[in-house]
Amino acid sequence: MEKVITCINCPVGCRMTVMLSDAGDVLSVSGNTCPRGDKYARQECMLPLRVITAVLPVPGSPTPLSVKTASPVPKDAIPEVMRELSRVRPVLPVHAGDVIVKNILDTGADIVATRSLL
Amino acid sequence: MTEKRVDLLVIGAGPAGLAAAIAAKETGIDSLLVLEREKDPGGILRQCIHNGFGLHRFKEELTGPEYADRDIARAMELHIPIRCGTTVLSVSSGRKVTCVSPSEGLQIYQAGAVILAMGCRERPRGALCTPGTRCAGIYSAGTAQRFVNLEGLMPGKRVVILGSGDIGLIMARRMTLQGAEVLACVEIMPYSSGLNRNIVQCLQDYSIPLYLNHTVTEIRGRERLEGITISQVDENRKPIPGTDISFDCDTLLLSCGLIPENELSLGAGVRLSPATSGPVVNENFETSVPGVFACGNVLHVHDLVDHVSRESALAGKAAAEYIRSGAAGAETIQVTDGDGVRGTVPQMIHRNASADIDLMFRPAGVYRSSAAVVRCGGEEILRKKAMIYTPGEMAVLTLKAELLQRLPDSVLTVSIERTE
Repeated sequence: MEKVITCINCPVGCRMTVMLSDAGDVLSVSGNTCPRGDKYARQECMLPLRVITAVLPVPGSPTPLSVKTASPVPKDAIPEVMRELSRVRPVLPVHAGDVIVKNILDTGADIVATRSLL
Repeated sequence: MTEKRVDLLVIGAGPAGLAAAIAAKETGIDSLLVLEREKDPGGILRQCIHNGFGLHRFKEELTGPEYADRDIARAMELHIPIRCGTTVLSVSSGRKVTCVSPSEGLQIYQAGAVILAMGCRERPRGALCTPGTRCAGIYSAGTAQRFVNLEGLMPGKRVVILGSGDIGLIMARRMTLQGAEVLACVEIMPYSSGLNRNIVQCLQDYSIPLYLNHTVTEIRGRERLEGITISQVDENRKPIPGTDISFDCDTLLLSCGLIPENELSLGAGVRLSPATSGPVVNENFETSVPGVFACGNVLHVHDLVDHVSRESALAGKAAAEYIRSGAAGAETIQVTDGDGVRGTVPQMIHRNASADIDLMFRPAGVYRSSAAVVRCGGEEILRKKAMIYTPGEMAVLTLKAELLQRLPDSVLTVSIERTE
Protein backbone atom coordinates (compact mmCIF):
# COMPACT_ATOMS: atom_id res chain seq x y z
CA MET A 1 0.00 0.00 0.00
CA GLU A 2 1.09 3.56 -0.71
CA LYS A 3 0.54 6.64 1.43
CA VAL A 4 1.32 10.28 0.53
CA ILE A 5 2.41 12.54 3.38
CA THR A 6 3.30 16.26 3.38
CA CYS A 7 6.24 17.01 5.62
CA ILE A 8 5.64 19.71 8.25
CA ASN A 9 9.20 20.21 9.44
CA CYS A 10 10.01 23.19 7.23
CA PRO A 11 8.50 25.40 4.49
CA VAL A 12 9.71 23.12 1.68
CA GLY A 13 6.81 20.79 2.55
CA CYS A 14 8.14 17.70 0.76
CA ARG A 15 5.45 15.40 -0.57
CA MET A 16 6.65 12.00 0.50
CA THR A 17 5.47 8.60 -0.62
CA VAL A 18 5.53 5.86 1.97
CA MET A 19 5.29 2.20 0.90
CA LEU A 20 3.55 0.05 3.49
CA SER A 21 3.41 -3.74 3.78
CA ASP A 22 0.06 -5.51 4.15
CA ALA A 23 0.78 -5.68 7.88
CA GLY A 24 1.15 -1.88 7.94
CA ASP A 25 4.92 -1.78 8.36
CA VAL A 26 6.89 0.93 6.58
CA LEU A 27 8.88 -0.56 3.66
CA SER A 28 10.29 2.66 2.22
CA VAL A 29 10.03 6.46 2.28
CA SER A 30 10.72 8.51 -0.84
CA GLY A 31 10.38 12.15 -1.87
CA ASN A 32 11.94 13.55 1.29
CA THR A 33 15.00 15.81 0.98
CA CYS A 34 16.37 15.35 4.49
CA PRO A 35 16.41 12.78 7.32
CA ARG A 36 13.83 14.71 9.36
CA GLY A 37 11.29 13.97 6.63
CA ASP A 38 12.01 10.25 6.78
CA LYS A 39 11.54 10.20 10.54
CA TYR A 40 8.32 12.24 10.38
CA ALA A 41 6.85 10.08 7.58
CA ARG A 42 7.48 6.87 9.56
CA GLN A 43 5.92 8.34 12.71
CA GLU A 44 2.90 9.60 10.76
CA CYS A 45 2.33 6.15 9.25
CA MET A 46 2.89 4.13 12.39
CA LEU A 47 1.28 6.31 15.04
CA PRO A 48 0.42 9.93 14.23
CA LEU A 49 0.39 12.02 17.42
CA ARG A 50 -1.14 15.42 18.17
CA VAL A 51 -1.43 17.77 21.12
CA ILE A 52 -5.11 18.63 21.52
CA THR A 53 -6.17 22.06 22.75
CA ALA A 54 -9.72 23.06 23.62
CA VAL A 55 -11.86 25.51 25.59
CA LEU A 56 -14.23 24.32 28.32
CA PRO A 57 -17.12 26.32 29.77
CA VAL A 58 -16.65 27.05 33.46
CA PRO A 59 -19.73 27.59 35.66
CA GLY A 60 -19.64 31.08 37.13
CA SER A 61 -17.06 32.40 34.68
CA PRO A 62 -17.86 34.42 31.55
CA THR A 63 -14.48 33.33 30.16
CA PRO A 64 -13.98 29.68 29.17
CA LEU A 65 -10.93 27.73 30.30
CA SER A 66 -8.30 26.85 27.70
CA VAL A 67 -6.73 23.42 28.17
CA LYS A 68 -4.33 21.07 26.40
CA THR A 69 -3.16 17.50 26.57
CA ALA A 70 0.10 17.62 28.53
CA SER A 71 1.64 15.29 25.94
CA PRO A 72 0.69 14.30 22.38
CA VAL A 73 -2.07 11.71 22.00
CA PRO A 74 -2.86 9.42 19.03
CA LYS A 75 -4.59 11.37 16.28
CA ASP A 76 -7.40 8.79 16.11
CA ALA A 77 -8.30 9.59 19.73
CA ILE A 78 -9.09 13.26 19.01
CA PRO A 79 -12.89 12.87 18.50
CA GLU A 80 -13.31 10.74 21.63
CA VAL A 81 -11.16 13.08 23.73
CA MET A 82 -13.25 16.05 22.56
CA ARG A 83 -16.48 14.16 23.37
CA GLU A 84 -15.16 13.36 26.82
CA LEU A 85 -14.06 16.97 27.35
CA SER A 86 -17.49 18.29 26.42
CA ARG A 87 -18.78 16.72 29.65
CA VAL A 88 -16.08 18.27 31.85
CA ARG A 89 -17.00 21.35 33.92
CA PRO A 90 -13.95 22.74 35.75
CA VAL A 91 -14.52 24.44 39.08
CA LEU A 92 -13.17 27.90 39.96
CA PRO A 93 -10.48 28.86 40.81
CA VAL A 94 -8.18 27.28 38.22
CA HIS A 95 -4.45 27.96 37.95
CA ALA A 96 -2.40 27.53 34.77
CA GLY A 97 -0.87 24.06 34.91
CA ASP A 98 -3.65 22.53 37.07
CA VAL A 99 -4.61 19.00 36.02
CA ILE A 100 -8.27 19.10 34.93
CA VAL A 101 -8.59 15.45 33.87
CA LYS A 102 -6.06 12.82 34.83
CA ASN A 103 -4.96 10.36 32.09
CA ILE A 104 -7.84 11.10 29.76
CA LEU A 105 -9.34 7.94 28.17
CA ASP A 106 -6.21 6.02 29.19
CA THR A 107 -4.11 7.85 26.61
CA GLY A 108 -1.50 8.50 29.29
CA ALA A 109 -1.98 12.26 28.83
CA ASP A 110 -3.42 14.59 31.46
CA ILE A 111 -5.63 17.51 30.48
CA VAL A 112 -4.06 20.63 31.98
CA ALA A 113 -5.20 24.24 32.18
CA THR A 114 -3.20 26.64 29.98
CA ARG A 115 -4.47 29.76 31.75
CA SER A 116 -5.67 30.79 35.17
CA LEU A 117 -9.28 31.66 35.99
CA LEU A 118 -9.58 33.07 39.47
CA MET B 1 -4.49 69.02 33.37
CA THR B 2 -1.15 68.02 34.83
CA GLU B 3 1.27 66.33 32.56
CA LYS B 4 3.26 63.41 33.93
CA ARG B 5 6.83 62.66 32.95
CA VAL B 6 8.04 59.17 32.16
CA ASP B 7 11.31 58.06 30.58
CA LEU B 8 9.82 55.25 28.48
CA LEU B 9 6.23 54.75 27.43
CA VAL B 10 5.29 51.50 25.68
CA ILE B 11 1.99 51.34 23.79
CA GLY B 12 0.60 47.80 23.86
CA ALA B 13 1.18 44.91 26.29
CA GLY B 14 1.23 42.11 23.74
CA PRO B 15 4.38 40.07 23.16
CA ALA B 16 6.12 43.04 21.49
CA GLY B 17 5.38 45.62 24.16
CA LEU B 18 6.19 43.21 26.99
CA ALA B 19 9.54 42.14 25.48
CA ALA B 20 10.50 45.76 24.79
CA ALA B 21 9.59 46.93 28.30
CA ILE B 22 11.40 44.00 29.91
CA ALA B 23 14.58 44.63 27.90
CA ALA B 24 14.55 48.37 28.67
CA LYS B 25 14.00 47.75 32.38
CA GLU B 26 16.78 45.17 32.44
CA THR B 27 19.22 47.76 31.12
CA GLY B 28 18.28 50.11 33.95
CA ILE B 29 15.34 52.22 32.77
CA ASP B 30 13.24 52.49 35.93
CA SER B 31 10.78 55.18 34.90
CA LEU B 32 8.58 53.34 32.43
CA LEU B 33 4.95 52.55 31.81
CA VAL B 34 3.11 50.12 29.55
CA LEU B 35 -0.38 51.06 28.35
CA GLU B 36 -2.81 48.35 27.22
CA ARG B 37 -6.29 48.76 25.79
CA GLU B 38 -7.60 45.31 26.77
CA LYS B 39 -8.39 44.37 30.35
CA ASP B 40 -5.44 41.94 30.54
CA PRO B 41 -1.91 41.96 29.13
CA GLY B 42 -0.83 39.34 26.57
CA GLY B 43 -2.23 40.73 23.34
CA ILE B 44 -3.42 38.37 20.64
CA LEU B 45 -1.70 35.41 22.38
CA ARG B 46 -4.54 35.33 24.89
CA GLN B 47 -6.90 33.99 22.25
CA CYS B 48 -4.37 31.75 20.50
CA ILE B 49 -5.04 28.71 22.68
CA HIS B 50 -3.42 26.27 20.21
CA ASN B 51 0.13 25.08 20.77
CA GLY B 52 3.29 25.63 18.75
CA PHE B 53 4.55 28.90 20.25
CA GLY B 54 8.04 29.28 21.65
CA LEU B 55 9.87 26.51 19.78
CA HIS B 56 12.76 28.85 18.93
CA ARG B 57 12.88 30.88 22.13
CA PHE B 58 12.08 28.29 24.80
CA LYS B 59 12.79 25.07 22.84
CA GLU B 60 9.36 23.78 23.76
CA GLU B 61 5.85 24.04 22.37
CA LEU B 62 3.62 26.32 24.38
CA THR B 63 0.08 27.54 23.83
CA GLY B 64 -0.41 31.29 23.32
CA PRO B 65 -1.59 32.01 26.89
CA GLU B 66 1.36 30.05 28.30
CA TYR B 67 3.84 31.99 26.15
CA ALA B 68 2.29 35.30 27.23
CA ASP B 69 2.30 34.26 30.89
CA ARG B 70 6.09 33.85 30.84
CA ASP B 71 6.59 37.46 29.73
CA ILE B 72 3.89 38.74 32.08
CA ALA B 73 5.53 36.92 35.01
CA ARG B 74 8.91 38.44 34.12
CA ALA B 75 7.37 41.92 33.85
CA MET B 76 5.78 41.46 37.30
CA GLU B 77 9.08 40.28 38.73
CA LEU B 78 10.70 43.47 37.44
CA HIS B 79 7.80 45.58 38.80
CA ILE B 80 7.03 47.01 35.38
CA PRO B 81 3.76 48.93 35.65
CA ILE B 82 1.21 47.78 33.05
CA ARG B 83 -1.94 49.87 32.93
CA CYS B 84 -4.74 47.85 31.33
CA GLY B 85 -8.10 49.14 30.11
CA THR B 86 -6.29 52.24 28.87
CA THR B 87 -6.68 53.47 25.31
CA VAL B 88 -4.08 55.76 23.80
CA LEU B 89 -5.80 58.52 21.86
CA SER B 90 -2.80 60.24 20.36
CA VAL B 91 0.97 60.47 20.24
CA SER B 92 2.57 63.75 19.25
CA SER B 93 5.83 64.20 17.36
CA GLY B 94 7.22 65.59 20.63
CA ARG B 95 6.33 62.27 22.35
CA LYS B 96 3.37 63.59 24.29
CA VAL B 97 0.99 60.66 24.78
CA THR B 98 -2.71 61.22 25.56
CA CYS B 99 -4.67 58.27 26.91
CA VAL B 100 -7.98 57.57 28.58
CA SER B 101 -9.32 54.92 30.96
CA PRO B 102 -12.47 54.49 33.04
CA SER B 103 -10.52 54.60 36.32
CA GLU B 104 -8.05 57.43 35.62
CA GLY B 105 -9.92 59.51 33.07
CA LEU B 106 -7.86 61.50 30.61
CA GLN B 107 -4.09 61.44 31.19
CA ILE B 108 -1.19 63.08 29.39
CA TYR B 109 2.36 61.77 29.57
CA GLN B 110 5.50 63.45 28.31
CA ALA B 111 7.79 60.53 27.44
CA GLY B 112 11.54 60.51 26.89
CA ALA B 113 11.01 57.73 24.36
CA VAL B 114 7.95 55.95 23.01
CA ILE B 115 7.77 52.36 21.75
CA LEU B 116 4.90 51.65 19.37
CA ALA B 117 3.77 48.04 19.89
CA MET B 118 0.11 48.12 18.86
CA GLY B 119 0.19 45.01 16.68
CA CYS B 120 -1.85 44.53 13.53
CA ARG B 121 -5.44 44.17 12.35
CA GLU B 122 -7.14 41.74 9.99
CA ARG B 123 -8.09 42.86 6.51
CA PRO B 124 -11.85 43.39 6.77
CA ARG B 125 -14.57 42.39 4.30
CA GLY B 126 -14.82 45.95 3.00
CA ALA B 127 -11.23 45.77 1.78
CA LEU B 128 -11.79 42.49 -0.11
CA CYS B 129 -14.46 43.62 -2.59
CA THR B 130 -16.54 40.47 -2.03
CA PRO B 131 -19.84 40.55 -3.90
CA GLY B 132 -23.26 39.84 -2.39
CA THR B 133 -25.51 40.87 0.46
CA ARG B 134 -24.54 42.39 3.80
CA CYS B 135 -25.98 39.62 5.94
CA ALA B 136 -24.91 38.50 9.40
CA GLY B 137 -22.56 35.53 9.74
CA ILE B 138 -19.44 36.98 8.10
CA TYR B 139 -16.54 37.41 10.50
CA SER B 140 -12.83 37.85 10.33
CA ALA B 141 -11.13 34.66 11.51
CA GLY B 142 -9.59 36.46 14.48
CA THR B 143 -12.97 37.77 15.62
CA ALA B 144 -14.36 34.24 15.51
CA GLN B 145 -11.30 33.08 17.43
CA ARG B 146 -12.00 35.64 20.13
CA PHE B 147 -15.67 34.61 20.34
CA VAL B 148 -14.83 30.92 20.71
CA ASN B 149 -11.70 31.04 22.86
CA LEU B 150 -12.26 34.04 25.12
CA GLU B 151 -16.01 34.48 25.23
CA GLY B 152 -17.19 30.89 24.89
CA LEU B 153 -19.51 31.66 21.97
CA MET B 154 -19.86 29.72 18.69
CA PRO B 155 -20.27 31.99 15.65
CA GLY B 156 -22.03 29.33 13.53
CA LYS B 157 -22.57 25.71 12.58
CA ARG B 158 -21.69 25.36 8.89
CA VAL B 159 -18.56 27.27 7.99
CA VAL B 160 -16.56 28.23 4.91
CA ILE B 161 -13.21 29.95 5.28
CA LEU B 162 -11.98 32.47 2.70
CA GLY B 163 -8.21 32.84 2.66
CA SER B 164 -5.72 30.30 3.92
CA GLY B 165 -3.69 32.41 6.30
CA ASP B 166 -2.66 30.73 9.52
CA ILE B 167 -5.50 32.18 11.60
CA GLY B 168 -8.03 30.83 9.09
CA LEU B 169 -6.43 27.38 9.19
CA ILE B 170 -6.28 27.39 12.97
CA MET B 171 -9.96 28.39 13.09
CA ALA B 172 -10.91 25.60 10.66
CA ARG B 173 -9.65 23.14 13.25
CA ARG B 174 -11.04 25.01 16.25
CA MET B 175 -14.54 25.28 14.77
CA THR B 176 -14.43 21.57 13.88
CA LEU B 177 -13.26 20.54 17.34
CA GLN B 178 -15.87 22.70 19.04
CA GLY B 179 -18.64 21.07 17.03
CA ALA B 180 -19.12 23.01 13.78
CA GLU B 181 -18.83 21.59 10.27
CA VAL B 182 -16.16 23.29 8.14
CA LEU B 183 -17.01 22.74 4.48
CA ALA B 184 -14.05 24.30 2.70
CA CYS B 185 -11.08 26.60 2.85
CA VAL B 186 -10.86 28.81 -0.25
CA GLU B 187 -7.63 30.49 -1.41
CA ILE B 188 -7.36 32.83 -4.42
CA MET B 189 -3.61 32.24 -4.84
CA PRO B 190 -2.08 29.04 -6.24
CA TYR B 191 -0.45 28.44 -2.84
CA SER B 192 -1.43 28.86 0.79
CA SER B 193 0.19 31.61 2.81
CA GLY B 194 -0.15 29.39 5.89
CA LEU B 195 2.44 27.06 7.36
CA ASN B 196 2.59 23.48 6.05
CA ARG B 197 2.14 22.34 9.59
CA ASN B 198 -1.22 24.09 9.75
CA ILE B 199 -2.36 22.81 6.34
CA VAL B 200 -1.67 19.26 7.52
CA GLN B 201 -2.84 19.47 11.11
CA CYS B 202 -5.79 21.85 10.69
CA LEU B 203 -7.21 20.88 7.28
CA GLN B 204 -5.95 17.42 6.25
CA ASP B 205 -6.41 15.92 9.74
CA TYR B 206 -10.11 16.81 9.51
CA SER B 207 -10.55 16.16 5.76
CA ILE B 208 -11.38 19.81 5.07
CA PRO B 209 -10.82 20.52 1.36
CA LEU B 210 -8.51 23.39 0.36
CA TYR B 211 -9.55 25.04 -2.91
CA LEU B 212 -6.50 26.84 -4.35
CA ASN B 213 -7.01 29.32 -7.24
CA HIS B 214 -10.59 29.86 -6.06
CA THR B 215 -12.47 32.80 -4.59
CA VAL B 216 -15.94 33.69 -3.35
CA THR B 217 -18.10 35.03 -6.19
CA GLU B 218 -21.48 35.16 -4.47
CA ILE B 219 -22.73 35.67 -0.91
CA ARG B 220 -26.40 34.86 -0.30
CA GLY B 221 -28.69 35.58 2.63
CA ARG B 222 -30.99 38.31 3.89
CA GLU B 223 -30.76 38.39 7.68
CA ARG B 224 -28.22 35.60 8.12
CA LEU B 225 -25.81 34.09 5.63
CA GLU B 226 -27.47 31.21 3.76
CA GLY B 227 -24.86 30.19 1.25
CA ILE B 228 -21.95 31.17 -0.93
CA THR B 229 -20.61 30.34 -4.37
CA ILE B 230 -16.94 29.99 -5.15
CA SER B 231 -15.33 30.00 -8.60
CA GLN B 232 -11.94 29.07 -9.97
CA VAL B 233 -9.78 32.04 -11.02
CA ASP B 234 -7.36 32.43 -13.93
CA GLU B 235 -3.74 33.59 -13.69
CA ASN B 236 -4.97 37.19 -13.37
CA ARG B 237 -7.20 36.15 -10.45
CA LYS B 238 -10.36 36.73 -12.51
CA PRO B 239 -13.19 34.20 -11.97
CA ILE B 240 -13.58 31.62 -14.76
CA PRO B 241 -17.25 31.26 -15.85
CA GLY B 242 -18.71 27.78 -15.43
CA THR B 243 -16.46 26.73 -12.55
CA ASP B 244 -18.97 27.54 -9.79
CA ILE B 245 -19.30 25.44 -6.65
CA SER B 246 -22.10 26.28 -4.23
CA PHE B 247 -22.09 25.77 -0.44
CA ASP B 248 -24.96 26.05 2.04
CA CYS B 249 -23.39 27.68 5.06
CA ASP B 250 -24.32 30.06 7.87
CA THR B 251 -20.82 31.40 8.51
CA LEU B 252 -18.00 32.77 6.39
CA LEU B 253 -14.67 33.45 8.07
CA LEU B 254 -12.17 35.79 6.41
CA SER B 255 -8.46 35.12 6.75
CA CYS B 256 -7.12 37.41 4.05
CA GLY B 257 -4.10 39.09 5.47
CA LEU B 258 -2.98 41.31 8.32
CA ILE B 259 -2.16 45.01 8.27
CA PRO B 260 -0.01 46.83 10.85
CA GLU B 261 -2.18 49.15 12.96
CA ASN B 262 -0.57 52.56 12.56
CA GLU B 263 -3.24 55.16 13.20
CA LEU B 264 -1.34 56.47 16.24
CA SER B 265 1.96 56.41 14.33
CA LEU B 266 0.50 58.55 11.55
CA GLY B 267 -0.72 61.08 14.10
CA ALA B 268 2.82 61.35 15.42
CA GLY B 269 4.10 62.07 11.91
CA VAL B 270 5.86 58.72 11.57
CA ARG B 271 6.75 57.89 7.96
CA LEU B 272 5.22 54.58 6.81
CA SER B 273 6.54 52.12 4.25
CA PRO B 274 4.09 51.24 1.46
CA ALA B 275 5.63 47.75 1.34
CA THR B 276 5.13 46.81 5.01
CA SER B 277 2.37 49.32 5.92
CA GLY B 278 4.48 49.81 9.04
CA PRO B 279 6.91 52.58 10.02
CA VAL B 280 10.19 53.10 8.20
CA VAL B 281 12.85 52.31 10.81
CA ASN B 282 16.61 52.13 11.22
CA GLU B 283 18.58 49.24 12.73
CA ASN B 284 17.63 50.49 16.21
CA PHE B 285 13.93 50.22 15.28
CA GLU B 286 13.69 54.00 15.59
CA THR B 287 11.12 55.59 13.27
CA SER B 288 11.45 58.85 11.31
CA VAL B 289 10.33 60.69 14.48
CA PRO B 290 13.25 60.92 16.93
CA GLY B 291 12.71 58.91 20.11
CA VAL B 292 9.75 56.99 18.70
CA PHE B 293 10.46 53.29 18.16
CA ALA B 294 8.36 50.48 16.67
CA CYS B 295 8.49 46.70 16.98
CA GLY B 296 6.41 43.56 16.47
CA ASN B 297 3.41 43.39 14.15
CA VAL B 298 2.90 47.16 14.11
CA LEU B 299 6.23 47.35 12.30
CA HIS B 300 5.76 44.41 9.94
CA VAL B 301 3.60 41.31 10.19
CA HIS B 302 5.49 38.33 11.62
CA ASP B 303 4.79 34.58 11.35
CA LEU B 304 6.36 33.59 14.65
CA VAL B 305 5.98 35.27 18.03
CA ASP B 306 9.51 34.13 18.88
CA HIS B 307 10.80 36.59 16.29
CA VAL B 308 8.53 39.34 17.62
CA SER B 309 10.02 38.89 21.10
CA ARG B 310 13.58 38.98 19.79
CA GLU B 311 13.04 42.06 17.64
CA SER B 312 11.17 43.87 20.41
CA ALA B 313 13.88 43.22 22.99
CA LEU B 314 16.32 44.91 20.60
CA ALA B 315 13.94 47.86 20.22
CA GLY B 316 13.62 48.10 24.02
CA LYS B 317 17.40 48.17 24.43
CA ALA B 318 17.77 50.79 21.71
CA ALA B 319 15.09 52.98 23.28
CA ALA B 320 16.91 52.72 26.62
CA GLU B 321 20.13 53.78 24.92
CA TYR B 322 18.31 56.74 23.35
CA ILE B 323 17.02 57.80 26.77
CA ARG B 324 20.55 57.64 28.20
CA SER B 325 22.60 59.07 25.32
CA GLY B 326 20.26 60.86 22.94
CA ALA B 327 19.98 60.55 19.17
CA ALA B 328 22.44 58.42 17.22
CA GLY B 329 22.77 60.83 14.28
CA ALA B 330 21.60 60.50 10.72
CA GLU B 331 21.50 57.18 8.92
CA THR B 332 23.73 57.00 5.91
CA ILE B 333 22.77 53.69 4.32
CA GLN B 334 19.47 52.97 2.64
CA VAL B 335 18.04 49.47 2.22
CA THR B 336 15.74 48.86 -0.77
CA ASP B 337 13.71 45.94 -2.13
CA GLY B 338 14.98 44.34 -5.33
CA ASP B 339 13.39 41.60 -7.47
CA GLY B 340 11.38 39.02 -5.56
CA VAL B 341 11.60 40.88 -2.26
CA ARG B 342 8.96 42.86 -0.38
CA GLY B 343 9.20 45.05 2.66
CA THR B 344 12.77 44.76 3.91
CA VAL B 345 13.19 45.99 7.50
CA PRO B 346 15.14 48.04 8.55
CA GLN B 347 15.02 50.51 5.69
CA MET B 348 17.85 52.69 7.04
CA ILE B 349 21.17 51.83 8.69
CA HIS B 350 23.92 53.81 10.43
CA ARG B 351 27.23 53.01 8.81
CA ASN B 352 28.87 52.96 12.24
CA ALA B 353 26.36 50.45 13.68
CA SER B 354 28.20 48.30 16.21
CA ALA B 355 26.08 45.14 16.17
CA ASP B 356 25.17 42.71 13.39
CA ILE B 357 21.91 43.60 11.66
CA ASP B 358 19.11 41.25 10.65
CA LEU B 359 17.58 42.25 7.33
CA MET B 360 14.03 40.84 7.41
CA PHE B 361 11.82 40.60 4.37
CA ARG B 362 9.04 38.67 2.68
CA PRO B 363 9.58 36.85 -0.61
CA ALA B 364 7.14 38.17 -3.24
CA GLY B 365 6.36 34.67 -4.51
CA VAL B 366 7.41 31.04 -4.19
CA TYR B 367 11.04 30.59 -5.24
CA ARG B 368 12.65 27.15 -5.29
CA SER B 369 16.42 26.64 -5.41
CA SER B 370 17.09 30.33 -5.07
CA ALA B 371 19.37 32.66 -3.18
CA ALA B 372 18.68 35.88 -1.33
CA VAL B 373 21.36 38.38 -2.36
CA VAL B 374 22.40 41.76 -0.99
CA ARG B 375 24.10 44.08 -3.49
CA CYS B 376 25.75 47.44 -3.01
CA GLY B 377 27.10 49.60 -5.81
CA GLY B 378 26.92 46.64 -8.21
CA GLU B 379 28.91 44.46 -5.83
CA GLU B 380 27.50 41.34 -4.19
CA ILE B 381 28.12 41.55 -0.47
CA LEU B 382 25.96 38.75 0.93
CA ARG B 383 24.28 35.62 -0.44
CA LYS B 384 22.13 33.02 1.29
CA LYS B 385 20.83 30.00 -0.58
CA ALA B 386 17.67 28.20 0.39
CA MET B 387 15.70 25.29 -0.99
CA ILE B 388 12.62 27.44 -0.87
CA TYR B 389 11.59 31.01 -0.25
CA THR B 390 7.83 31.51 0.23
CA PRO B 391 5.69 34.54 1.09
CA GLY B 392 4.38 32.62 4.10
CA GLU B 393 7.73 32.72 5.85
CA MET B 394 9.71 35.84 6.68
CA ALA B 395 13.30 35.53 5.45
CA VAL B 396 16.29 36.85 7.39
CA LEU B 397 19.78 37.82 6.22
CA THR B 398 22.30 38.75 8.88
CA LEU B 399 24.58 41.61 7.90
CA LYS B 400 27.87 41.65 9.79
CA ALA B 401 28.66 45.01 11.40
CA GLU B 402 32.24 45.03 10.06
CA LEU B 403 30.86 44.72 6.53
CA LEU B 404 29.12 48.09 6.87
CA GLN B 405 32.33 50.10 7.02
CA ARG B 406 33.55 48.61 3.76
CA LEU B 407 30.42 49.21 1.69
CA PRO B 408 31.22 50.74 -1.71
CA ASP B 409 27.95 52.68 -1.88
CA SER B 410 25.17 54.00 0.35
CA VAL B 411 22.33 51.90 -1.07
CA LEU B 412 21.82 48.21 -0.29
CA THR B 413 19.45 46.20 -2.47
CA VAL B 414 18.00 42.88 -1.33
CA SER B 415 16.72 40.52 -4.01
CA ILE B 416 15.97 36.86 -4.66
CA GLU B 417 17.72 35.23 -7.61
CA ARG B 418 17.27 31.77 -9.05
CA THR B 419 20.30 29.52 -8.87
CA GLU B 420 20.63 26.59 -11.24
